[in-house]
Amino acid sequence: MRLIALLLAALCLMPLPGLAQEAARIVEENRALIEKPSRQTIGPVIAELAASGDAMADDILSAWADKRLVVRKSDGAMFIAKAEGGALALTALDGSPAGTAASTDVTELKPNAGVRGLIATALVQFTLSDPDPARRRAALASIAQDPTAEALEPLRAAIATEEDPALKGKKERLERLLTLRFDPATEARVAAIESFGADLGLDLRAALNPLVATTRVASATPPPGNIARELRPGSDLSEDEAYALLVAAGLAPARLTVQDQRAALLAHLRDGMVGGLPVAELNTQAARDRAYTALEASGAVPQAATEDEVRAALAAARFYDVYAEPDPAVTAAALAALDRIATRVGIMQAADLGLDALSLASIYFLAAIGLAITFGVMGVINMAHGEFITIGAYTGYVVQLFVPDYTLSILIALPLAFAVTFGAGVTMERLVIRHLYKRPLETLLATFGISIAVQQILKNVFGTQARPLTSPAWLDGALSFNDVVSISYIRIAIFVLALVFLAFFLWLMKRTRLGLEVRAVTQNPVMAASMGINPDRINMLTFGLGSGIAGIAGVAIGLFAKVTSELGTDYIVQSFMTVVVGGVGSIWGTLAGATMIGGLQKVIEFFNPSNTLAAQTYMILFIILFIQVRPRGIIALRGRAAGD
Amino acid sequence: MSALLEVSGVTVSFDGFRAINNLTFAIGAAELRAIIGPNGAGKSTFMDIVTGKTRPDSGSVTFGEKSVSLLKLSEAQIARAGIGRKFQRPTVFEDQTVRENLTLALKAARSPWAVLVWRKSAADEARIVTLAEQVGLGDRLEQKAGILSHGQKQWLEIAMLLAQEPKLLLVDEPAAGMTLAEREKTTELLVDIAKTRAVVVVEHDMDFVRRLNCKVTVLHEGAVLAEGSLDHVTKNQTVIDVYLGRG
Amino acid sequence: MTLLHPRHRSALVFIACLALFTIGVTLAAQFGLVSTSFVKTLGKTLCLCLAALAMDLLWGYAGILSLGHMAFFALGGYMIGMWLMYARTEEIVVAALANGGLPATPEEVLQGIATQIFGVVGASDLPAIWSFAHSLPLQLALVVAVPGVLALVFGWLAFRSRVTGVYLSILTQAMTLALALYLFQNDSGLRGNNGLSGLQNLPGVTAGQDAVSLWFFWASAAALVVAYLGLHAIVSGKFGSVIRAIRDDEARVRFLGYSVEGYKLFVFTLTAVICALAGALYYPQAGIINPAELAPIASIYLAVWVAIGGRGRLYGAVIGAALVSLLSSWFTGGRVPSIPLGFGTLHWVDWWLVLLGLTFVCVTLFAPKGIGGLFDRFAGVHSPDRKGAALGPDQGALMEQEAKQ
Repeated sequence: MRLIALLLAALCLMPLPGLAQEAARIVEENRALIEKPSRQTIGPVIAELAASGDAMADDILSAWADKRLVVRKSDGAMFIAKAEGGALALTALDGSPAGTAASTDVTELKPNAGVRGLIATALVQFTLSDPDPARRRAALASIAQDPTAEALEPLRAAIATEEDPALKGKKERLERLLTLRFDPATEARVAAIESFGADLGLDLRAALNPLVATTRVASATPPPGNIARELRPGSDLSEDEAYALLVAAGLAPARLTVQDQRAALLAHLRDGMVGGLPVAELNTQAARDRAYTALEASGAVPQAATEDEVRAALAAARFYDVYAEPDPAVTAAALAALDRIATRVGIMQAADLGLDALSLASIYFLAAIGLAITFGVMGVINMAHGEFITIGAYTGYVVQLFVPDYTLSILIALPLAFAVTFGAGVTMERLVIRHLYKRPLETLLATFGISIAVQQILKNVFGTQARPLTSPAWLDGALSFNDVVSISYIRIAIFVLALVFLAFFLWLMKRTRLGLEVRAVTQNPVMAASMGINPDRINMLTFGLGSGIAGIAGVAIGLFAKVTSELGTDYIVQSFMTVVVGGVGSIWGTLAGATMIGGLQKVIEFFNPSNTLAAQTYMILFIILFIQVRPRGIIALRGRAAGD
Repeated sequence: MSALLEVSGVTVSFDGFRAINNLTFAIGAAELRAIIGPNGAGKSTFMDIVTGKTRPDSGSVTFGEKSVSLLKLSEAQIARAGIGRKFQRPTVFEDQTVRENLTLALKAARSPWAVLVWRKSAADEARIVTLAEQVGLGDRLEQKAGILSHGQKQWLEIAMLLAQEPKLLLVDEPAAGMTLAEREKTTELLVDIAKTRAVVVVEHDMDFVRRLNCKVTVLHEGAVLAEGSLDHVTKNQTVIDVYLGRG
Repeated sequence: MTLLHPRHRSALVFIACLALFTIGVTLAAQFGLVSTSFVKTLGKTLCLCLAALAMDLLWGYAGILSLGHMAFFALGGYMIGMWLMYARTEEIVVAALANGGLPATPEEVLQGIATQIFGVVGASDLPAIWSFAHSLPLQLALVVAVPGVLALVFGWLAFRSRVTGVYLSILTQAMTLALALYLFQNDSGLRGNNGLSGLQNLPGVTAGQDAVSLWFFWASAAALVVAYLGLHAIVSGKFGSVIRAIRDDEARVRFLGYSVEGYKLFVFTLTAVICALAGALYYPQAGIINPAELAPIASIYLAVWVAIGGRGRLYGAVIGAALVSLLSSWFTGGRVPSIPLGFGTLHWVDWWLVLLGLTFVCVTLFAPKGIGGLFDRFAGVHSPDRKGAALGPDQGALMEQEAKQ
C-alpha cells in the first residue's frame, strides 16, 4: 500500500516522467547531427523532437534556434542557457536547473539560417499543437497577422489533432486563407477562394486584396506576367500620369516644370537679357518659352520635352496594369469572390445604415418629444427647450459626482432630471409664458431671452469645458452581427428609451384624465373651463411635463454627447424641424419626422461620409423643399381642427 | 340675361363631411339675392369657394362677361377680377385711420411696384371723402379704425367694399349687431348698390331679408333647397320642415 | 406733404442727431480724444443699426419675424471680403514675385494668390466662386445679387406655401443654420471655419487705419441716413399702409386684391439686400468674417435689438441696436467694474448675457413698446384700451400696448 501511495505521489509531483526524459534522449542520440547540423540531414531529428510530446522539446528547439543551446566545455553536457547578470543560468535538457556558468565555459551551437527556418516551422507546428488552448490561439493569431508560406504545412498538420471545436474551426479557416495565397497548386487555391463564397470576414478581404493588386507599367510591348488590362492615356489615366510613368521607366525625358524653367532662365540672366529677350518682357509664359527655346538652341540648357515630343512618346508607348499575382486563374477567382463579397457587403451596409438611421432617429425623437408636447400640443414656442435638455444632462453629471456607481447614478439621475426640469418648466410657464399665450412670436423671443440667460448661468457654474456623464459598463461595447453590421448597446438603450416615451405619451394622452383635460384645454379652453377644468393648472402641468421629458432626454443624450452648456443648442433647431416636418399636434407625426430626418441624414452621410456638415446642410434644404409639398407636415391634421 | 357668376355642380368635403353637395347657383349682373339656410347649410363655405379661400373637389365656378374660371385664381386675383367680400365680423385695419383704410381699398393698381410709386390724386381724395360721408364717417377720417364703434366698423367695411368698385359683392350677415335705424340704412344702401352691380347677402334675420325684397335662395345640407321670392319659399313644405320641423 | 408735416418730424430729428453725432465723433477723432478702435466700434454699430432698420421694416411693419437675416448680412460681408482679400493678396504676391528676378506671369500671380488664400485649408486652386473676386464692381454687384437672389428664392418658396408666423421663423432659422454649416466646410470655397481675414487692409490704400476707420464711419453714417430716409418714405406711404395691414390681418388684405405673397417677398428681399449692404460696410471694419457670424443666434439678436428699441418705429430699431450692441461690447470688454457681493464677486464678463436675457424677458412682458415707449410718454401718446385684444388676428399683429390711440 505504501508503495502505491508513494507511486501516486510521485506521479502527482512529476507528471509523465518518462516523457520528460524523451527530448533529452532524442538530443543525446542525435548529438552529432545537432552539433554540426545541415539542412539536408537534420529534418528527421527536428521532426522527431517536435513529435516527442515532451514539454521540453519546445524550449530546446527555441533555444537552439536562438543560439542558446550550449555545450559545457568541461564535461560536454548540453544545456539551455539564459543570460543572467554577467553569467549564464543553465537548465538541463530534462528541465531541471543546473546552476550557472561563465560564457567562456560553454560553446554555443550556431545553426545556419536554413536550419533555423526548419526549426521555426517545427516550432509553429509545436505551438499549434500545444496542450494549452491559449497558446494555440495565440499561435493562430500570430500566423493570421503575418501569414507566410512556411506556416501552411504545420497548420495543416495541426488540424487533425485539434480537439477544441472552436479552435479547429479557426484553424481550418486560416488554413484555407493560407492555401488561397500560398499553395503551389492553382486548383487548390481556386478551390480555397471559392469555398468562402460571399464570406464577409475582413481577414478574407485582407487575403484576397493582395491577389488582385496591380502595378502600373509603361512599356513598348506587352510586359510578361498576369496583365489586368491595357490603359489608354486620356481616358483610363491622364496624359500627365502616363508621361510620368514613361519618365519613371526611363523611356522619355522629364518635362520642364515652370519652376525649373524659371531657375534656368535666371541662371542665364546676362545684363538684363535672357535668350535675347529683356527680362522685363518675361511676364508671360509664352515669352518665357521663347527665351528658353533660344537658350536651348544655343545649347546653354538641356533639351526639354516639347508638347509634340510628349505626344509622340505617349503614342509610341503602351500602358498596362499588371497583377502582382502571376496566376490568371487565381486572380479571376479572387475578382469573382471580391465581387460576390462587395454585393453582400453592400446589402449589409444598407442594413447597418438602417440601424444607424434608426438610432439617430431615436435621438431626434427623444430630443423632440418634449417639444411635441409644448409646441405640438400647446402651441408654445419654447426656445429654452434646448437648455432643459442641457439641464437634464448636467443633473446626471452632478448625480455622478455624489454617486460613484454608474448604474445606480443613472437610475437616480433620470427621475431627478425630470423633477428639476419639470420645476424649471412650471416656473417658466407661471412667470413668463402664461402672459404670452396667443402671442407665439413674443413667446419665441421671451423664451430666447431665458435661453441665453440659462445657458450663461450654466457656463458660469460648470465652466466651458465638457463634463463627463459616464454610462454604466454594461452599456459599453456593441452588438455585432458580422464585420459590417453592428450597433452599440448605448444606442439600443436610447432606442428603447424612445419607444418607452412613445408608449408613455400615448398612454398619457389617450388613457388618463390628465390627457383628456389637456386635449380639451388645447382644443377649446373656454369650453373646457366651463366644464370645470382649470386651464391654468392644465397648461402648467402640460408644460412642466414637456420640460421634464426634455430633462430625461438630456440624461440620455449626455451619455454619448459632450456635456457642455451648448449641448441643447445643437438640438433645438433639429427638434423644431422634427416637429414641424412631422406635423404639429401629432406624436406619430413627430415619430415620422424624426425617422425621416434621421434616415435622410444618414443616407446623405453615406454618399459623402467625410462630411457630416454637408449632410446637415442638405437635410435642411430638403426640409425647406419638403414643406413646399406638405406645408402641414407628414401627418397633417385636416379640416377645421387644423385651425384654418 | 347672362349670368355674372355661375356656380355649377360644385362639391366640397372636409374629412368625408360634405359641406357643399353638387351646388348650382347663378346671379345676374345687377341683381340682389339673399341666401338663407340653417346653421351648417354651407353658406360660409359657399362664399369661401367663390372668393378662392376653399378649393372645391369638383364642379366649376365662372365669373364675368368672359366667363373666367375662378378655380385657378388666387384670392387676390379673384378680388381684383371684381368680387368683394364683407365678413360677418367687421374686419377693418384697426391700427390704421379711416382714411388709410379707404385708401387701401380704393380701386388702383395692386402690385408692389405700383403701390410704391402711387401718389394720391385730387380725384382719389374726393372719392375717399365722398365714401366716408356716404357711410357717416366724414368727420372721422383721421381717427384710427380701432376706436370706432361696432356699427361704424361695419359701415367702414362697406365703404371699403364700395371703394373697391366690385362687380359682385358678397355680404355675410350685414345686420348682425346693428341697431334698428342702422339696419334700415343698411337695407337702403344694399338695394341702392344692387342697381349697378350684383349683391349676394347671406342672412339669418328673416325681417331683414323681407325688407330687401329680392329673390331668395334657400341652402340646406350644401345644396339648393328652394329658390324664388321670400313668400314663395316660405310656403314650400320642405323649407318649413327644415326650418321649423328640425331647425 | 411738406417736410415739416408732423409725420416726418421723427425723421428730421433723427437725421439731425445722426449728423451731430457724426461731426462730434469726427472732431473727437481728429483731436485724438477717441481711439481708432473706438471709431471702428462706432462705425460697426451704425452698420448694425442699418441691419436693425431692415429688420424693423420686416418684423415691425410687415409682421414677418425672420430669424435668418444676419445670414444676408454675413453674405454681404463675404462678398466684399472676397474682393478685399483677393486684391490685397495680389499686391503681396506681385511684390514677392518681383523679388525673384523675373517679372511674374499672370499664371504665377494667380497660383500665388490661390496658395496664399487657400493654403490654410489645404487647397491650392481658386474655387469657381472666386471668378469675379479680381474685380471690385463685379464683386460689389454680388454683394447685392447673392443675398438678394437667395432671399428671393427662399422667400418665394416659403411664402407661396403660405408658411407664416413661428413656422416661418423656424424655417428662416434653419436656413441660416444650413448656410453656416455649409460655410464651415473646408471645401465650401470660402476657407471653412478660418473665414476671410485681413479685411481691414484696403488694397491700394496707403493711409493709416485711423483715416480708414473714419472713412468707413462716414460711409456707414451716410448709408444709415439714406436707408432711413428711403424706409421712412416707404412706410409713411401707401406701401407702408399695405404691409402694416398684412401684419395685422393678411387674409383681409388678400380679399382687397393685394397679392400678400408678392408684398412679403418684396419686403423680405429688400430687407435682405439692406442687410447685405450693412454687412459689406461692417466686415471691412471688423477685419475678419467667419461662418460663426451666420449662427442663428446672431439673427435672434437682431430681433432682440428691434424689440428692445420698440418695433414698428424706425428710430426705435436704431436706438435698440445701438444701445444693446454698445452696452454689450462695454460689458464684455471687461472694462465695467466687478461688483463684490459678500459671497463672491459679480464679473460682468460672465453675467452680462444673463442680465441681457432677463432684461429682454422683462421688456417682452412689461414694455412691449421698448425704449420707444419712453418717447411716447414724453409726446403724450397713449395706447388704446382694448381689454387685451390685439389689433389683428395674425401672429405678427400689434399688441394693444404697442399701438397708438
